[in-house]
Amino acid sequence: MVAHAIFFYFFSIIAVFAAVMVIVSKNTVHSVFYLILDFISISCLFIMIGAEFLGMIMLIVYVGAVAVLFLFVVMMLNVSQQKHEIFKEKIFSSHIPFGLLIGVIIFLELIIVIGGWKYKPNIIETESINIDKDFTNTHAIGSVIYTDYIHLFQLAGVILLVAMIGAIVLTYRKREGVKRQSYFKQISRERNEGVELIEVESNKGVNLDD
Amino acid sequence: MTNIGLGHYLFLAAIIFIIGIMGIFLNRKNIIIILMSIELILLAVNINLVSFSIFTEDLTGQIFSMFVLTVAAAEAAIGLAIIVVYYRSKGTIRIEDINSLKG
Repeated sequence: MVAHAIFFYFFSIIAVFAAVMVIVSKNTVHSVFYLILDFISISCLFIMIGAEFLGMIMLIVYVGAVAVLFLFVVMMLNVSQQKHEIFKEKIFSSHIPFGLLIGVIIFLELIIVIGGWKYKPNIIETESINIDKDFTNTHAIGSVIYTDYIHLFQLAGVILLVAMIGAIVLTYRKREGVKRQSYFKQISRERNEGVELIEVESNKGVNLDD
Repeated sequence: MTNIGLGHYLFLAAIIFIIGIMGIFLNRKNIIIILMSIELILLAVNINLVSFSIFTEDLTGQIFSMFVLTVAAAEAAIGLAIIVVYYRSKGTIRIEDINSLKG
């Protein structure tokens, strides 16, 4: 129990620190690094609490894909040197107190809800999917997600497909002056525009340039 | 203090959620930071789902957390693609310069 507490405070302090650094650090590349640190600490928390599969998936998806995508775009757009010192600009000084006020109010509301909320001792009396202690976490999730939630699972795949096609279509552009292979042109070539039969006169040869 | 319960995890999620919201409110320079703040908010939602799932011994929360993860990944890809296209056409992604909508 004490070890649980120690690890919880360790990982959550790192996570909160990293989350703060994401929004206040001056260099965008540093922000992405702190985002990666945040994801890793939260997934350590997940693994510690007993959701191992989700923690590992978070490592793979967030750190392996999303954060690398962010890093790639940041480096490609050359915005890392654009400073975004949020507390130093004169023009937006009116935004900062207002934003802080709204944030503190939302935080207090959430704390009131969390602190004042008690749940009944017999909370689960519905037909929910109880966690079976005999199975591992991955086994339990796998046995549910391919049976009860198969339609949602397929729909998640469709969402990813749409996102992939959307990203490709958005960023695709035709460049001028780049030689590309065109399959349609290749296979629609006729014989008489590709091959020419020339009667070669003796001692004159053929001029290939025209 | 040493007895970590559901409330601790919800408190952590609330803090990260608020940090994400503050990132959207306060940041006026770089639109990529706003996308990262959205990722932080979705992460806080995931913490909530997983901790409720563990402490109420119900697997549904973890499955929904996976779907949230999917949507977050798709959203990041589309958002970054839009940013790349915008940068190509306008040459900047500073928020103070993005005012064509006059909003």
